[in-house]
Amino acid sequence: MSTPTLQQNPLREFTRILGVGAYRPNVIVTNDDVCQWIDSSDEWIRQRTGIVTRHRAPREVSVVDMAAGAAKEALAKAGIDASQLGAIIVSTVTHPYATPSAASLLAERIGATPAPAFDVSAACAGYCYGVAQGDALVRAGTADYVLVVGVEKLSDVIDNHERTISFLLGDGAGAVVIGPGERAGIGPSVWGSDGSRWDAIGMTHSQTAIRDFSISAMKEDDDGDLAAVGEAHANLWPTLRQDGQTVFRWAVWEMAKVAKQALDAAGITADQLSAFVPHQANMRIIDELAKQLKIPDSVLIARDIEDAGNTSAASIPLATHRLLRENPGLSGGLSLQIGFGAGLVFGAQVVELP
Amino acid sequence: MASNEEILAGLAEIVNEETGLAPEAVELDKSFTDDLDIDSISMMTIVVNAEEKFGVRIPDEEVKNLKTVGDAVNFISGAQA
Repeated sequence: MSTPTLQQNPLREFTRILGVGAYRPNVIVTNDDVCQWIDSSDEWIRQRTGIVTRHRAPREVSVVDMAAGAAKEALAKAGIDASQLGAIIVSTVTHPYATPSAASLLAERIGATPAPAFDVSAACAGYCYGVAQGDALVRAGTADYVLVVGVEKLSDVIDNHERTISFLLGDGAGAVVIGPGERAGIGPSVWGSDGSRWDAIGMTHSQTAIRDFSISAMKEDDDGDLAAVGEAHANLWPTLRQDGQTVFRWAVWEMAKVAKQALDAAGITADQLSAFVPHQANMRIIDELAKQLKIPDSVLIARDIEDAGNTSAASIPLATHRLLRENPGLSGGLSLQIGFGAGLVFGAQVVELP
Repeated sequence: MASNEEILAGLAEIVNEETGLAPEAVELDKSFTDDLDIDSISMMTIVVNAEEKFGVRIPDEEVKNLKTVGDAVNFISGAQA
């Protein structure tokens, strides 16, 4: 029997980022606020992290609310209607439902239904993972336009009294629209993972551990003290932790190699960049990465962390949005972006700024 | 292979570059955190630069055992052997 002839989508040669949007929630948390919870000082936090304030969302503002704010601006800047989107990718680790996804609700919220929509769990590399997929979908002809959102409500997964990571974290959303380009606008993605260091950053425990502990707490508490049960439950809420020294070493010296690979893959040298936008994890990581990569003074380095804190998947699009707002002349320039975080996972690419 | 004196001088140079501390302040009995006021992030930068300079591997879990400059000199010396 002869095989019938299949049709496949014609490939596109080039893609680019068409627009960037941002949503910054309005609760400002200062270092003095943080020092109510941990024994520290404004000076100590600035020196160790470069962070002065973080934006956090109030209880009633959800991951999808923030994502919608950033998505609408990205679509408007790109000049694309939501109905033209061929896929919606939401990178997040703080959408509080294992299922359904944040992306399908976002699609409905912005008027993109029935576009395919899915979440990506790649922590602080999530945005670069999303760009890698958006680029591939458009080039493969699977979608004409793809919305990529990095969004986090990390304030939901912190323990204010914890010293390894909680005080660094903020909330927010950044979004881009990826579509066809007339020249190469998104360089090859260099991305990967290292599960041998799965424990370096992550949650204190699993969701199933909450269930198991809750059942045993209920059994022990048979005198009907609901307040005690409630407190035990609150302490069961999983929060983030990291091994700061291990992460710092990996984030600088291993990620400098990845960033260099992304430059090489794009056929670009550091002096040809207009901007360097690393994940906003810690100012000392940003400074040391720039030093290792020999980023020249002519290149603008994103330092959004000072005001925004570390917003995980949202940090690169938020920082890019701010660079473009403060320096409109960057449009058309090249930006090296690199995300890295819990997994461990990493992703980097050189992109033309819209 | 570097002698202990050479390792100390090399470490002092690395510490100076990272923190601005005078190389002669970097003595064997000095504690990195208590005497030299080196924080955990700077310590990692010093460790990585020392690995490169002396051609040794200092694992993450070993770093917390390097409390004094002398501990670091001894570890590097042993790792070179």
